[in-house]
Amino acid sequence: MDIVASVFVRNNLIVAFAVVGVTIWVSYFLADKLTQGRIHGSAIAIALGLVAAYFGGVATGGNTGVADIALLGGVGLMGGGMMRDFAIVATAFGVHLSELRKAGIAGVISIFAGVIVSFVVGAMIAVMFGYTDATAITTIGAGAVTYIVGPVTGEAIGASDAIITLSVAAGLVKSILVMIGTPLVARHIGLDNPQSAMVFGGLMGTTSGVAAGLAATDPKLVPYGAMTATFYTGVGCLLGPSILFFIVSSMF
Amino acid sequence: MIVYGVAMLSVCLILGMLIGESLGVALNVEANVGGVGIAMLFLVFASNSEKFKTLTQGVAGTGINFWSAMYIPIVVAMAARQNVAAAVDGGLLALLAGVAAVIVSFALVPVLSKIGGVTPGTESRDKEQGTA
Repeated sequence: MDIVASVFVRNNLIVAFAVVGVTIWVSYFLADKLTQGRIHGSAIAIALGLVAAYFGGVATGGNTGVADIALLGGVGLMGGGMMRDFAIVATAFGVHLSELRKAGIAGVISIFAGVIVSFVVGAMIAVMFGYTDATAITTIGAGAVTYIVGPVTGEAIGASDAIITLSVAAGLVKSILVMIGTPLVARHIGLDNPQSAMVFGGLMGTTSGVAAGLAATDPKLVPYGAMTATFYTGVGCLLGPSILFFIVSSMF
Repeated sequence: MIVYGVAMLSVCLILGMLIGESLGVALNVEANVGGVGIAMLFLVFASNSEKFKTLTQGVAGTGINFWSAMYIPIVVAMAARQNVAAAVDGGLLALLAGVAAVIVSFALVPVLSKIGGVTPGTESRDKEQGTA
């Protein structure tokens, strides 16, 4: 047993490749046999990943899901920001400039619209739950933007730790829901071309959610959605502790 | 050489990240502003340009395509390392805020997508007439 553990831990990234490969094989098998291909195999694989992350988190009490289990530590490296960004950039290989130009303006508008709309919705829910101080309302609203904008804003304007944690949770819910929900609603919201994918990325903004949601919908759309989504968190961090906080403070 | 493509991809990412990081500092924001998006633009320019042919075509291109194809497995690993337990523990407020933000944003996708359709001029009108 010791031998197995030490080999797994020493070769953790390789173990992750194998485990993820098996997970994807099982997912595509299930997608084919159980749903006759109606649900995309990668959507099932991502859902399995999230379920595993939940149990990993509950079992270890850590905050990186499955990666906190020593034997599966490599999943943390494989699915971490560095590899994710590298692979996202690679998907842009073969994208045509003309497609980007066509959706340029709509893409930029969608980034600002997305940040503001998510913020307003999050802030309204906070008010509904009885929060009356501007700092808490702004931080929770910023959490609904993304789980990075929440804590960045909260720390900048001096929110309490409990509120910041809440804002991270709101952002996580958003990210996970985008991962699961995108393939289900894609057809109804016209998400089937590069232009709408860029608008989608700008509106949703959570890079992980958009990345996984589009991968499970149509991998060809990934570079377009990811392109706008990566600007979203920056814009959110810019607006959250400044203009949006000032507006909320003037109201409460 | 496969490594030429991989190196090209890496340089794009590093340059993009450096610019995104500098933008963050310039705007006084604690975040990387669009680093990945800028890196993607570099790769798009390079792969559409004659000058970088040796770095993006033929065998060198397979080095980039490999990482592009590894995207979904990496996303599955990314899903497996999310803090799902914390999202579940966040309670009703976090759940509602997240869910409502997603629903409203989903609803806006078709609305804003139309903006892109209007700018090139007659294209969208032609389509509507075609279906009518």
